[in-house]
Amino acid sequence: MFVFDAIAHRLKRGCETMAYPHGPAPVLPDRHGGALRVDAAKCTEGCDACVPVCPTQAIVRTVGQPVALDLGRCVFCAACVEVCPGGAITQTGDHRMAVRRRADLVLGGPGLEQVRLAAALDEKLRRLLGRSLRLRQVSAGGCAACEADTNVLGTIGWDLGRFGIQFVASPRHADGLLITGPVTRAMELALRKTWDAVPGPKIVIAVGACAIAGGPFVGHKEVRDGADSMVPVDLYIPGCPPHPVTILDGLLRVLDRLEGSDGRS
Amino acid sequence: MSASSPFALLPNATSLPWADVPEWAPADFVGVTGAELDRGARLCSWFGVSEGDATRLVAVLAFDADNTLALGRSTPFTGPYPALTQSHPQAHLFEREVWEQHGLIPAGHPWLKPVRRTADDAPANGEFFRVDGPEVHEVAVGPVHAGIIEPGHFRFQCAGEEVLHLEIALGYQHRGLETALAGGPHRATMIQMETVAGDTTIAHATAYATVLEALAGTEAPLRAQWLRAVALELERLANHTGDLGALANDVAFLPTSAACGKLRGDFLNLTALICGNRFGRGLVRPGGCRQDLEPDRAARLRERLDPALTDVAQAVAWFWDAASVRARLENVGTVFPAQAAAIGLVGPAARACGLVRDVRYDHPAGWHRFGQAPVAVWPGGDVFARARVRSLEIQRSGEYLREQLGAPADGDLTGEPPLPAPDTLAVALVEGWRGEVCHVAITDAVGRFLRYKITDPSFHNWTGLALALRGAAISDFPLCNKSFNLSYCGFDL
Repeated sequence: MFVFDAIAHRLKRGCETMAYPHGPAPVLPDRHGGALRVDAAKCTEGCDACVPVCPTQAIVRTVGQPVALDLGRCVFCAACVEVCPGGAITQTGDHRMAVRRRADLVLGGPGLEQVRLAAALDEKLRRLLGRSLRLRQVSAGGCAACEADTNVLGTIGWDLGRFGIQFVASPRHADGLLITGPVTRAMELALRKTWDAVPGPKIVIAVGACAIAGGPFVGHKEVRDGADSMVPVDLYIPGCPPHPVTILDGLLRVLDRLEGSDGRS
Repeated sequence: MSASSPFALLPNATSLPWADVPEWAPADFVGVTGAELDRGARLCSWFGVSEGDATRLVAVLAFDADNTLALGRSTPFTGPYPALTQSHPQAHLFEREVWEQHGLIPAGHPWLKPVRRTADDAPANGEFFRVDGPEVHEVAVGPVHAGIIEPGHFRFQCAGEEVLHLEIALGYQHRGLETALAGGPHRATMIQMETVAGDTTIAHATAYATVLEALAGTEAPLRAQWLRAVALELERLANHTGDLGALANDVAFLPTSAACGKLRGDFLNLTALICGNRFGRGLVRPGGCRQDLEPDRAARLRERLDPALTDVAQAVAWFWDAASVRARLENVGTVFPAQAAAIGLVGPAARACGLVRDVRYDHPAGWHRFGQAPVAVWPGGDVFARARVRSLEIQRSGEYLREQLGAPADGDLTGEPPLPAPDTLAVALVEGWRGEVCHVAITDAVGRFLRYKITDPSFHNWTGLALALRGAAISDFPLCNKSFNLSYCGFDL
């Protein structure tokens, strides 16, 4: 009988929800590598080995300027890390990558070696939101992996509901949008209508390389290369797709819910 | 049956000179293709290849019982030709697609409208089929859905609760994948292949790598083929487990839903143990694999795999033990075997109609020539059968993994990067978790892609969902939809 089985199983396993953010964050897989760090000072003179290997053209090196790596465009393939002769581009293993401003994802120059992690929303908006955040998710192109790893946050291991964060079935019930995908031409109208239907004040979260900058499809005429081409974005969460802990870190970060954990930078 | 075929025969994951593909005048080509389909072939892909201002039609057929593929093409032409769809409905979306991409008009096609074209800022899907009558009402759903789901539009014609007809309009995820492949491979091509459908990364990446290797007349080292096969089953396990959890959730059976939601993640994490990414990004590369599964890593994988398989077996047992669950799934969303064959269903959806159809078994390539998995079939064609096939495949994939991890292939992980031969056509089929992933490449005089055609299993199967809804209650739509769980992005490309 499944009833007895299920009860016995529950008793045996106990609560399966992770302790984070009150305990340690789940560790990224060792081959994931986490956020990148770029020490442009270590670049060899005239070397641009990393530029042509990047599949999304996230790295540029203009003559006389330090190398610049845009973590928003990055798909974390680590091709640049492998070819860099001077160890200028390295993996930090850090899951935290969410930022409030697009420019905070560009790495390279002095003082800009790492992402400048997101600050919380301002006090007034946080007071308006109270202890809840209701999001409408708009999937606008991409490959559905970001959707899958956002969905994961609703499972028992992560239990997003304990933070008062919920994905709702109507934009009218939402405090903001969570957008995935590069925004295809075909989704422009639907995204605009959804955005208009969310009552203000509202926030927008762009999840994944596509929603930040077009991802693997950057430059295709069928896409708009990112959500901020249509709506103002308040939080950028890089990755292809971002690991669930990276997404959760971003959400908790803007809600200022990481105090007392490892989350503050 | 295939021995007397006028088509060019070739095994899966091989190539032949483009000039050796037999050609016919358009009307004759439709005739011979129809004749091959009548004697047991199946349409894997059908597409156009531009040649100056004209277009050639290309057909990729599979003779499953004979373990062979068959290729034919038309002479270049413009304008109308007699539609294959009139006699063989499995061609209906393919002919609409060719019309949309190349302007060839399938004369006599019963429902000619775009499959994914965008005009201004929304898909120009044209007219929807309408049922008239005083009691009939129309329900429109999407593109933005209630959960965290990809965009698509569903138009139901209903009489009360009963669905008379469902029409599915896609194209919202269209991001220009195939167009971008022309003249390739480019430096973004590999990651674009990995994101054709994000939950099917291994299958699409393996198909792409295999096509390039076939074009070059090489093979990846056996160890890489073995690792690809292992990763493919992990992908299947994760998705089937997630699907059973989603089905349990839709019938409000929470123990299985909660357990499977977590277990799906456990399987994804096993893929991440191999390559760092939960979806298998960065693992498969033309010529081999990028990361190895060294003995100690394989031991860790095995250690974590066993309890996950035990737990999923238990969660699935609760599901089938509950009479309320079984009763809720039986006779809902039925696709009859004759319909399934006529529209060319693939994967678990086809096997749930009793069709023995599995690329790993019918057209073994790569490691599947040495390590085989039995085909899981269930009759019935309803949601119950589709769930049943998934739970059987979870068992089979688990067993397969245990077996393969116990006997790894030795040797190198990567060979020479394949250099595609000029003027050649290559085909690769891979049994992804949703079914047959078909990649076809034709190279030009310098070995670049003249045409690259991707057919995701969802392209075959969306029509199955529409048929499953006929006569069903509209409130059963979510359950039917989950039982297929098709890809929007894989269809939209």
